[in-house]
Amino acid sequence: MTRLVPVPPAAQLAGPISDYQQAVAAKRRHLALGAVLIATALVISAVGAEVRPLTFWNHIGNFTSYFDRLLMLDTGARVWTDPREWYWGLARWGRLLGETLLIAYVATLTGIIGAFAAAAPASRNLMRRVWVRFAVRRSLEFCRTVPDIVFALIFVAAFGLGALPGVLAIAIHTTGALGKLFTEVVENIDMAPVEGVASTGASWLSQVRFAVTPQVLSNLVSYALLRFEVNVRGATVIGFVGAGGIGQDLIVAIRKFYYSDVSAMLLMIIATVMAIDMLSARLRHRLLAMESRP
Amino acid sequence: MNASDGLRAMFLAQSTELRRRYPETLVVGWRRKVPLLVLCAAAIGVYFVGLMILDISPAKFVSGIGRLFDIVELMLPPDPESWARVLLYLGALGQTLAIAFLGTMLGAVIGCPFGLLAARNVVANRLIHLLTRRSLDSVRSVDILIWALIWINVVGLGPFAGALAIMSADLGAFGKLVSEAIEAADRRPTDGVLAAGGSRLHSVRFGMLPQVLPVIASQLLYFFESNTRSATIIGIVGAGGIGLQLSEQIRVLEWQQVSFLILLILITVAALDWISQRLRGAIIGRRG
Repeated sequence: MTRLVPVPPAAQLAGPISDYQQAVAAKRRHLALGAVLIATALVISAVGAEVRPLTFWNHIGNFTSYFDRLLMLDTGARVWTDPREWYWGLARWGRLLGETLLIAYVATLTGIIGAFAAAAPASRNLMRRVWVRFAVRRSLEFCRTVPDIVFALIFVAAFGLGALPGVLAIAIHTTGALGKLFTEVVENIDMAPVEGVASTGASWLSQVRFAVTPQVLSNLVSYALLRFEVNVRGATVIGFVGAGGIGQDLIVAIRKFYYSDVSAMLLMIIATVMAIDMLSARLRHRLLAMESRP
Repeated sequence: MNASDGLRAMFLAQSTELRRRYPETLVVGWRRKVPLLVLCAAAIGVYFVGLMILDISPAKFVSGIGRLFDIVELMLPPDPESWARVLLYLGALGQTLAIAFLGTMLGAVIGCPFGLLAARNVVANRLIHLLTRRSLDSVRSVDILIWALIWINVVGLGPFAGALAIMSADLGAFGKLVSEAIEAADRRPTDGVLAAGGSRLHSVRFGMLPQVLPVIASQLLYFFESNTRSATIIGIVGAGGIGLQLSEQIRVLEWQQVSFLILLILITVAALDWISQRLRGAIIGRRG
């Protein structure tokens, strides 16, 4: 037999082969250990989450029949046979959906302003005082970690029902999330322009305005657009706790089993969210293209 | 200071001359400025119109802020009152983690095949992967709380519905992620295995998997992290975990309990952040 690759004699090969087998065995042991760990964790969490496979099996029919009923009018006809009856509340839902988008928009813009104001004092290269940086960073972390709907629950108690608590809750969460991203962007800038502006005797604010902002603006805008997408999704459910938007009608419809209303609103939400995702993706790509041109 | 003042005086004295000589740096053209100004004006205009439509007035804001400070005052210091309650809350926290873990794993297991279908270099049929992508997108655009409400109708109130909701919400995101990881994978290792005489299955096992698995594993950790955050709120609509306790305590205005619960959530999320950062380092480091 002719070989393409020269093979050393068996005596020479014995060492490397046993080394290889040991390495493979070690890897297999790691894998087995990991698998056992994950399996145990799964069992423990299945018990913790009160998983009842039998109930699930018995009720899985509910899932399909639930969607079946979602697409059924009160009269028993399919929803698409009578769109006028299906979307009987179109005017109201459209208004609520518009309100949802406005909540997301106003909250995002407010959050952007907050994050922008917080990013400079939270950045290592722009703020020399350690305690200011520390305080700003910890408060951003707090705003980011508490979910917006928890803020909304508390704000509803303080501000009463309506869009205001929803806007505030999303705005605060946005400030926290964007503040971190903005800080990272600002910390990665080129410091030469900042030194140049500083050398002319400009104040700290002018340095930020003329040396930092031009470098980071396009990045910030694309992060802000991404956040807007997230916030639109968040705004659709913020009404669950009474903080405005389409969520307040949706939860009533789901709880009271107004099937066709649920499907009508869900379809509207999905279409809106998808449209906004696509628009913002396109905008972001254009922004990136603009960035790379000069 | 004096030096820069001198510089400024010099610049002002010669500004017309300088502007004429370096128009591209010192004169901002109207053609660039106007669209930007219009855009900014429109953004701000929509903002204020939005405030008006949403019926948000400064007076409302101020009076609410006053009440909010009262609430914050009532919250301090965080106090669970009794050890029995602490145990109850810790149990709920454990349940939250269980929901997040189970939901993540289920979502990953079910999301993987969808991801394969949506990957351009695995399924050649454009129609199939377009359809898969669109359905993954629509699953993704339904919020996790809505999924929770739907699953509650199927399996009843409780944490199981929460885990299923997290699974559904993950499905879309995870499928998209897997398909992107596979599409981004380098073809050369797969080709190499095929060239050495391996079968197609070998090429997937030894060429594709080693590239894709670490990416997926580290992403799974991210998902688990973010799912823990989601799992803390999923109880608000009745799907188990610590959110149930939280919304109940807010409803009965037990503010000290509320702040204790929020503190508990903050600590858990921070701890998880730290652990998953470590683990991710280990996963990526071992391969690198």
